[in-house]
Amino acid sequence: MAETRVQGTIRKVSGPLVVADGMRAARMFDVVLVSEKNLIGEIIEIKGDLASIQVYEDTGGLGPGEPVVSTGEPLSVELGPGIIESIYDGIQRPLDKIEKIAGALITRGISVPGLDREKKWEFVATAKVGDEVVGGGILGTVRESTLVEHKIMVPPGINGKIAKIVSGTFTVEETVAVLEEGDKTHSLTLMQRWPVRLPRPYKERLTPVEPLVTGQRVIDAFFPIAKGGTACVPGPFGAGKTVIQHQLAKWADAEIVVFVGCGERGNEMTDVLLEFPELKDPRSGEPLMKRTVLVANTSNMPVAAREASIYTGMTIAEYFRDMGYSVALMADSTSRWAEALREMSGRLEEMPGEEGYPAYLPARAAQFYERAGRVRCIGGDDRIGALSAIGAVSPPGGDLSDPVVQASLKVVKVFWSLEDWLAYERHFPAINWLTSYSLYHEMLSEYFRTEVSEEWEGLRQESMRILQKEAELKEIARLVGTDALSDRDRLILATAKSLREDFLHQNAFDAVDTYTSFPKQFKMLGNIIGFDRLSRDAVEQGVTAEELFALPTQEDIVRSRYIPEAEIEEFDAIWGRIEQQIRELVEKRVGSEEVVA
Amino acid sequence: MVKEYRTVQDVAGPLLLVGGVSGVKYEELVEVELPGGDVRRGKVLEVNKDTALVQLFEGATGVSVDSARVRFLGKGLELGLSRDMLGRVFDGLGGPKDGGPAIIPEVKRDVAGAPINPWARNYPNEFIQTGISAIDGLNTLVRGQKLPIFSGFGLPHAELVAQIARQAKVQGTEEEFAVVFAAMGITFEEAEYFIADFRRTGAIDRAVLFVNLASDPAIERIATPRMALTAAEYLAFDLEMHVLVILTDLTNYCEALREISAARKEVPGRRGYPGYLYTDLSTIYERAGRIKGKKGSITQIPVVSMPDDDKTHPIPDLTGYITEGQIILERGLHRKGIYPPINVLPSLSRLRDKGIGEGKTREDHANLANQLFAAYARGKEAQELAVILGEGALSPEDKAFFKFAEVFESRYVRQGQDENRSIDETLALGWELLEILPKSELKRVKPEQIDRYMKNTVTAGE
Repeated sequence: MAETRVQGTIRKVSGPLVVADGMRAARMFDVVLVSEKNLIGEIIEIKGDLASIQVYEDTGGLGPGEPVVSTGEPLSVELGPGIIESIYDGIQRPLDKIEKIAGALITRGISVPGLDREKKWEFVATAKVGDEVVGGGILGTVRESTLVEHKIMVPPGINGKIAKIVSGTFTVEETVAVLEEGDKTHSLTLMQRWPVRLPRPYKERLTPVEPLVTGQRVIDAFFPIAKGGTACVPGPFGAGKTVIQHQLAKWADAEIVVFVGCGERGNEMTDVLLEFPELKDPRSGEPLMKRTVLVANTSNMPVAAREASIYTGMTIAEYFRDMGYSVALMADSTSRWAEALREMSGRLEEMPGEEGYPAYLPARAAQFYERAGRVRCIGGDDRIGALSAIGAVSPPGGDLSDPVVQASLKVVKVFWSLEDWLAYERHFPAINWLTSYSLYHEMLSEYFRTEVSEEWEGLRQESMRILQKEAELKEIARLVGTDALSDRDRLILATAKSLREDFLHQNAFDAVDTYTSFPKQFKMLGNIIGFDRLSRDAVEQGVTAEELFALPTQEDIVRSRYIPEAEIEEFDAIWGRIEQQIRELVEKRVGSEEVVA
Repeated sequence: MVKEYRTVQDVAGPLLLVGGVSGVKYEELVEVELPGGDVRRGKVLEVNKDTALVQLFEGATGVSVDSARVRFLGKGLELGLSRDMLGRVFDGLGGPKDGGPAIIPEVKRDVAGAPINPWARNYPNEFIQTGISAIDGLNTLVRGQKLPIFSGFGLPHAELVAQIARQAKVQGTEEEFAVVFAAMGITFEEAEYFIADFRRTGAIDRAVLFVNLASDPAIERIATPRMALTAAEYLAFDLEMHVLVILTDLTNYCEALREISAARKEVPGRRGYPGYLYTDLSTIYERAGRIKGKKGSITQIPVVSMPDDDKTHPIPDLTGYITEGQIILERGLHRKGIYPPINVLPSLSRLRDKGIGEGKTREDHANLANQLFAAYARGKEAQELAVILGEGALSPEDKAFFKFAEVFESRYVRQGQDENRSIDETLALGWELLEILPKSELKRVKPEQIDRYMKNTVTAGE
């Protein structure tokens, strides 16, 4: 990095925007320190001598004449042991450390490094002296938490032969290895820095092949997201965006979860902070916090830092992806990020696009989501990492023509459409099964065939058909009444209702219902659809819909969501009862017909 | 030594452009003295080289380019705070309005406040009993929450808010809430209603009121909620009280904000409101909460009038994205004579599930609430269906739901203005109403809960 420290003077202050003159030599997106308070800012426009700076802290009390000093470096994050279990603000300052320094309220000009400088980590070297390594190559590991083995990698762009490497306990600043590259030497520490706006490199993008298992039935079964995929969750307020994001952060089978609270409620971050250490990962039994990184820039924290927060989160996520992990990034909410862009754009007096948003909004959104993906990592061992990105969008009034929704839908492959009318009926997750979509079915079909069941795809399609049909029938039933429908149609309505209420509806706050494994989902769906198939045959044999609806086993289907994962064989017993009860009905009917005959 | 400028260049709406200044800081407090000795206050909105753009809180009436004298005070707008504020009425900028003496401050604080570090927050999880079934049972208020009331013109939000302020208590304690009340642009009658109600019940002794009436300068409203919240923070986090903050009406506040934005010729967002409306509102709403290691708390009940009862209007819309739920008043219920006219379906308390359940209210509370919601939604659907098909064409189940919805509105939602229902009464009433429905339709409650809480388990539907 160039060591040019350009110094200028403040000329104008307007909200989070500061304009300074004497900045001709500064570079676009360099970080600057503003005034004697050393507020952190970033150059977002240069016009001749003038630089426009977005300041990441409150600018109250700044005025013309105060100094602005460029650091000559773009906005970067520190990557190394100590990230996991942290809670950072939008520019990677640890909020717990800020509280120690400043108390309960966030004051300005606090400078705290992202990684703890004092803490010592146990480094176990896995590479040896004499090894040739390239950027991304693994030097060794640090056990960061019970769930995360932090791989210490050569920073991208550096190659060489290891001249020295030692195991032992180190702080993040101490040298653990020395590389020789020609006549140059590189001293490597446990930590590296990376500019947040620059995607970290990989060798090759790959097609996603595995679903990100979330335990949420409507998602896993109907609208799955792949590991390395992208999804967007738009919805009006109160439709449950945040609950879905939290559920995914809790239950998604990712090895690392990065949760970015971007311009949202302070209490929601507190909720995550208090709840995650208590919740156990269903696979390892360890607290979920042991794999989680939080980036929190709540709505009342400085707006420019909100803009940066999703990039901070993304860069941290990429870093863990580079280790070969499956990482899930949740951003709640990208609308707030877009609003921060809009606010800065307005203050820069740029020509507005739709709804006042800058014309470059779709491009920025695309750049963000394109940083997700399943990749072959750099480093020479061809390990594969995946970064899945899920963005919540908060469109005004739930209107999907909102520019942020449209910009997101252009790039993401999964669309979970949250609807307020479902939320009013307390149907959660309030994902509309008719308008939502996933474009990953094709890519994941192999996985479902081999890992879940050959029948899975068929069950899903049949369920969707029934739900589609229900929408049509409901229109008719509204006009002529349900009684006027044929038994077959009333059966469809009943099965659709069962699908909605007993499968798609899921209670996030119930200890059992909150997470459903694929095997259990398969059995649940299998029983509902199986009941439908048998009923259809029964109706053809003369059994009435009423008789079928009155079967006691209906109750079993209703209650089956509460069957614990460990008692999954219970489903087979239910299936037995379904078969038997319907068979008895048919036999009774056929028998009575024979008597009549 | 404070410099004085007589270099006002432009006056536009509530804005002044002052030229030839030096050393002026962003958001600094400004005093403008008029020839008659009248002093107006304002703050710096923008500094550009040697010009400062100043927004006046009391409006620019009577300001002349020639004679106005402008002083920059080098600090933000502050409020002097003391325990003696309890029982007093102030104007929108913190001056005494009740004829009493000025407050001798223990401490002065900048009204802009500072964001609470999420790390330092304590999660709100203590149930507040408001005595109103539609809130306690279904959209529970929790200590430290911000739960707005979305109302419309002519709906009884004032009565509801006053009832909440009167009845709110945390179960098992006799501790009463201190009330900080901020009126922004409401009518004299409405303000009087609150003041009289506080006097009648004696609540005035533990209340601080900031009143900006409809006739007061609109721009003053920008400062009023911040004055109130600064006072609330002092009471809650310095004096360790539990504070209920009532802000009414945020719609007037937002309109004042729009006025300034328009005067500045900013690029407008939706419906002419500034693009930063969300951020600005959040600096008010996010000042609710609890802080680790502090006894006190701030619970906010802002009132937002929905223009034309439209929930998607930018003000209620952005509010809903920041607050932890909303209580929605509906004109249809009001016309039916139901008080409080709370439409529970679109209403929501996001913190409900943290504040209820075993050890807080009762273990069946969440399931019961979900069941009531689902049943009422289904009942409303049946009512719509009956409009098209006639009641006779409904299936027996739909008929049961139809009846349920009616009874739910007339017995559960409706209650008297002085009727203070305990949570046990509210829960029992919920179970009683569920008896109208066939048991097989009760999918949101557990069978063992039905056995335990439903008095007549053999129901009409079976």
